[in-house]
Amino acid sequence: MAHPFRDVAIVGVHNTVQARHLPGHDSASIALEGALGALADAGLSPADVDAVVGQFAQDDVLALGLGPCTRRMSSLGIPTVLDAAALIVTGQADVVLIGAGGAGLYADRSATAPWTRPANEFVVGYGLFTAAEFALMARRHMIMHGTTPEQLATVAATIRTNGHHNPEAVYHGRGPFDPADILASRMVADPFHLLDCSMTSEGGCGLVLARADRTAGLAAAPVWILGGASDSFGPAYQIAPRWDLRGSTDPDIPAGYVGRRAADRSLAMAGITPAEVDVAELYDPFSFEIIRQLEAYRFCGPGEGGGFVDDGHIAPGGSLPVTTDGGTMSFSHAGISAQQLQRVIRGVQQLRGSCRTMQVPGAEVALCSNGGSGALFTDVLVLGAQRP
Amino acid sequence: MTVLEPQPPGIPAPVPGPHSEPYWDGCRQGELRFLRCDGCAAAQPKPTMLCRRCRGRSLSWTPSGGRGVLYSWTVVWRPQHPTFRVPYAPAIVDLDEGFSVLSAVVGCRPEDLAVDLAVAVEFHAISETITLPYFRPVTD
Repeated sequence: MAHPFRDVAIVGVHNTVQARHLPGHDSASIALEGALGALADAGLSPADVDAVVGQFAQDDVLALGLGPCTRRMSSLGIPTVLDAAALIVTGQADVVLIGAGGAGLYADRSATAPWTRPANEFVVGYGLFTAAEFALMARRHMIMHGTTPEQLATVAATIRTNGHHNPEAVYHGRGPFDPADILASRMVADPFHLLDCSMTSEGGCGLVLARADRTAGLAAAPVWILGGASDSFGPAYQIAPRWDLRGSTDPDIPAGYVGRRAADRSLAMAGITPAEVDVAELYDPFSFEIIRQLEAYRFCGPGEGGGFVDDGHIAPGGSLPVTTDGGTMSFSHAGISAQQLQRVIRGVQQLRGSCRTMQVPGAEVALCSNGGSGALFTDVLVLGAQRP
Repeated sequence: MTVLEPQPPGIPAPVPGPHSEPYWDGCRQGELRFLRCDGCAAAQPKPTMLCRRCRGRSLSWTPSGGRGVLYSWTVVWRPQHPTFRVPYAPAIVDLDEGFSVLSAVVGCRPEDLAVDLAVAVEFHAISETITLPYFRPVTD
């Protein structure tokens, strides 16, 4: 049987300028800049597009003078890419444009960012926000497996140093970082210090997917979708984020390993094992999330994530370099959708061999992820340099 | 010495939904309640019309003794909103009746928090209509 995404190619990717603040932009305008940049990267024009997917899909249809044109609103990351691929596979469209961005969303700096503050009646009175929710998962892993703050700090130092080297990162030049630097930063929500946490910034991005027979003569070598899937245990930030919350879909997988089913299915679709992944563009909302993903996706065994990090596997030159542009800790975190799509964009750049910094030599397979245990969802996408 | 305390009135207040009135009524009366399936006895993580285990539709608000142990916690030093006093300690408590709640621990120092610490519920009003359950370490 032919691979389900054999005829879908990622042909354009783009990040706009990312910054703490982008005066003159709102989310829609920076998302449109991201979409336009992705079209330029592909060597295509708006007139080639017959579907738009993303945060501002219907606005982009009008802004680009398209129509009649498919539109799908989506504020997700990897599922947006999979929806775009499905439009092509099912014959609904030939060239799909994705745009995303965030700007002007975070004005009151006396509170945490608005998208981190849940209003749900059962959590609002306890001052929960994203860092605290994720800390409850991290603490449980420390209780069960003896994972240490130093191991969390090693993750943060690795990713922040990747961003330090990246001239496109918001926090370019802020490092390099040692684990001691992370541990010396002020405590936010124990065990997370300030530098264990993602940042907040503004920026946009875009991707273009096309049917494989439209890729001849395009600007860059196409990158291929080898597999993808999504896991959820329910709505984020409404119930206690218990490590061992379980459901009937697979009672063997606790919420702490949300994403395991998605990774298993993605790698099976790709026909590969975790050992065949060359680079992991893992979503990094908090340092601990890397450790639990390494276990959930079976790069190491349960409770071995901290030791895997200690042994240098995720560092540049290690067996599995992670989050090579600096991720949400150092590259950018615009709040809604863009920072999730940026894991996919970096994966594409790695497989093109076009990264200006932290290029993994000869990378052929990239695993990208979104979400996290504290939010009870994780999405996985496996990309390949070779057509499946 | 830092001791964890309940939050004062003025923090962002819960807005009860159409299915949670018995829960908030119980808090005002000093009784912690949870929603349990009449068929399979599973406790529900939030108000629902359907048991998430057996999908039964008969569910009852059930009083809890309010005793349990600490499952996980964090100590927050950067407040979510400036009305919160730091530090505060959001926590997941496993109640003796077999359900869990997201709450906060008060009445001890941050460094006293530990897995399986025995705790008991207590209630603090933040407005005329909303009373929040908190948990305090107990020795007996």
